Amino acid sequence: MNRPVRQRTGEIFDVAIIGGGVVGCAVARRFALAGARVVLLEKGADILSGASKANSAILHTGFDAPPGSLELDLVKAGRAEYLAIRDSLNLPLVETGAFVCAWNADEAARLEGIEAKGRDNGIEEMRLLSGAAARAAVPALGDHLVAALEVTGEHVIDPWSAPLAYLTQAMALGAEVMRACELRAGNFDGIWWLDTNQGEIRARSVVNAAGIHGDTVDERLGLQRPFTIRPRKGQFVVFDKAAARLVPKIILPVPNEVTKGIVICPTAFGNVLVGPTAEEQEDRTRATVEQPVLEMLLAHAAKLMPALARMPVTALYAGLRPATEEKDYRVIVRTEQRAITLGGIRSTGLSSALGLAQHALKIHEGFGSAWQAPASIPAIAMPNLAETRERDWQRPSHGEIVCHCEMVTKREIEAALAGPLPAADFGGLRRRTRAGMGRCQGFYCNANLAALTAGKFTASLAVTGKDE
Amino acid sequence: MSLTDVIVIGGGPAGVAAAIELRRRGINKVTLLERDLALGGATRHCSHSPFGMREFGRIYLGAAYGRRLAAEAAVAGIEIRTGHSVARLGDDASLLVSHPGGLETLRARRILVATGAREKPRAARLLSGDRPLGILTTGTLQSYVAYHGLMPFRRPVILGSELVSLSAILTCRGHGARPVALVEPHPHALARAPFSWLPAFAGIPFHRGARIVDILGKDRVEAVKIAKDGTELTLACDGLLVSGAFTPEASLFLMRDAALNAGSEGPAVDQNGRCRNPLYFAAGNILRAVETGGWAYREGRAIGAALARDLAGDAAGAAPIPVTHDAPVKLVVPNLLRRGIGFVDGLDRFQLRFTRRAVGTLTLALDGHEIWGQTGMWLPERRVIVPLPPAAFEAGRVHFGFREQA
Repeated sequence: MNRPVRQRTGEIFDVAIIGGGVVGCAVARRFALAGARVVLLEKGADILSGASKANSAILHTGFDAPPGSLELDLVKAGRAEYLAIRDSLNLPLVETGAFVCAWNADEAARLEGIEAKGRDNGIEEMRLLSGAAARAAVPALGDHLVAALEVTGEHVIDPWSAPLAYLTQAMALGAEVMRACELRAGNFDGIWWLDTNQGEIRARSVVNAAGIHGDTVDERLGLQRPFTIRPRKGQFVVFDKAAARLVPKIILPVPNEVTKGIVICPTAFGNVLVGPTAEEQEDRTRATVEQPVLEMLLAHAAKLMPALARMPVTALYAGLRPATEEKDYRVIVRTEQRAITLGGIRSTGLSSALGLAQHALKIHEGFGSAWQAPASIPAIAMPNLAETRERDWQRPSHGEIVCHCEMVTKREIEAALAGPLPAADFGGLRRRTRAGMGRCQGFYCNANLAALTAGKFTASLAVTGKDE
Repeated sequence: MSLTDVIVIGGGPAGVAAAIELRRRGINKVTLLERDLALGGATRHCSHSPFGMREFGRIYLGAAYGRRLAAEAAVAGIEIRTGHSVARLGDDASLLVSHPGGLETLRARRILVATGAREKPRAARLLSGDRPLGILTTGTLQSYVAYHGLMPFRRPVILGSELVSLSAILTCRGHGARPVALVEPHPHALARAPFSWLPAFAGIPFHRGARIVDILGKDRVEAVKIAKDGTELTLACDGLLVSGAFTPEASLFLMRDAALNAGSEGPAVDQNGRCRNPLYFAAGNILRAVETGGWAYREGRAIGAALARDLAGDAAGAAPIPVTHDAPVKLVVPNLLRRGIGFVDGLDRFQLRFTRRAVGTLTLALDGHEIWGQTGMWLPERRVIVPLPPAAFEAGRVHFGFREQA
């Protein structure tokens, strides 16, 4: 399958982006909007197959980010751009707000400091609440709640439709996306020669947005390894949609130095999730769920919100966050080699991605490029998957419903299997449509999905041939 | 347009039987909603289990039973609406329904919910490991085979030893797959003999008292690790069938007010199959997982009859009292009793299940006085029937206790 297509056409891209997570997708869009000829390489069968598929889907304000950090600047910039463009891309915003909950006197004593830091960070819409006042707003909170800090601007978004929209817009502006395309090596001699399993690709600049593989990609590019990724696993449990009425707001813990802690959070799809854990591990490929940890998460959720104890579990997931030796983002610039590494985007990547993309473009201006910005920006309207807005099943003449738990129509599935960036594996289809992600987890629809997707995925749902 | 008398949700055995019984008893407008494109419910993909002996006097397999149900329903004058998925129950017996044409709100004097049961998937069982392709339930496997002639794996490990797990062995072997092992966390098979002998006949290793501790696989399942008696064993395979552990498909109730019965995981119902909201009734496997199609059919008829009497003018009765139980009793149905209306049709006996094997005395106490008891060995997932005495309708407290023998 090693057809050197790019070499044969002789095209030299302006920018090659390594990694199709939320950051890579946002960078592709930003550079394409600037007029660059972009190629994005994704190792997985589909985009969003690494850390970006397993986050808590919060659009952060940055109230608790370290003051003066790059992370804070980029979260704020990314959030502002998301709010500015979401209508034009038909992306949802669930304006939940968050409670930072103090469950004992020590934690309560720290809330004022957190509020002060938030104000220093430029976040105004915050207020301290007594435990009783917080419970009046969210009655399911346990009665041992001492106090809470309300942060109005913390919102929930669709973590998969957003990056998909960014990349779809980039493609409409001419960006190329190569999936199942792994970078093996790179060499810079005035331009970048990228050796991949799909042949050689040439580009004038590279942006490394490889997430969990960020350090190894730099090595493969022949660059000095600037940091070491330390995978940090986060496990999540997703509750049944019936839990949503109990959890109208994001329930945050008082954070510590290492992690933002375990969150109880509504999702745009109408579920409630609890997670993530923060577990250091060496392995960069396996993100397993583990029953004792899942039980701990459920017990934790039930302790904070007792009514959650009666809620069925719908789904489990786990992801690996690309932590490094340092807490802040690791943006490494090599001007001579025209290379930018966006590394260590640990847990706020969904919020900051558009900001990181702006940042990368600004850095790249220092490399010297004269691109012609496109005369017009193509409109992209993503299919809405958020429960807060009209879904396809609520529309006239929608045809047949395939997944009844998530109310996914057949035409939604057909659309996700077509278009410029069709789902390339089952995970990709689930992220694009919600099919099979509901409470029965495919008991009803999985066989129909196997038939609808036959021959379309790298790993098919049904097997072929007889037992050997 | 005149108001529909009863809307039945779910076109499996219980729902169709209830609709037919309502018509037999002179209820004029009965509408049956089914989300699938054909009637039959779970029986449609069960190609090994015989259905219909009790209700139709002959045996049907798989979709043939559903076709018989559809024929009976049509003859009975029921309005059948397939491809109708109910999105929401309203407190006033209104339903938000999505069908191929779009959204519609339907109303009736009463709603009967018969949405059946499904197997608990991997996630709800909190099974550890990777999340590759090839992990699915028996119902899904049977849908692959029955509707599409496809198979999701060739060498699965089967988790569970209920009747449905053994049915899965037959499905696998009939379609070119060889299960590599059966894994049962309980120390014994859950299905009764002779069904429980099937793994031995089929030459499939049967690991009793074993837990799945890891699932390995990148794209597709590659191995399952089990722990048994303190040792771990890795089973190479290409799929994991999580079978049995049925739970009522009661999400419409759960979404409305979360008032599911903690034991049965279905809506609480009284002796007439009536819910707390007196406009709603429920019948079949939504009441308790899991019974046979024939059982569900008879239960549908009985509760359809009770509902017909209610429409004929019987009062809803007093506020219901709960039927409570001790561990290791898992569930009791009916789990409510309404005084004042006595027993008409509906559920004429208590149905119980146990969570585990237990030896001891099961007792029924009314207002603290034991009026019934039976000693023996009780097994999980087995049907336990206890008479429902008329005195229970006069009691303030109805409780099932258990005295375990050491």
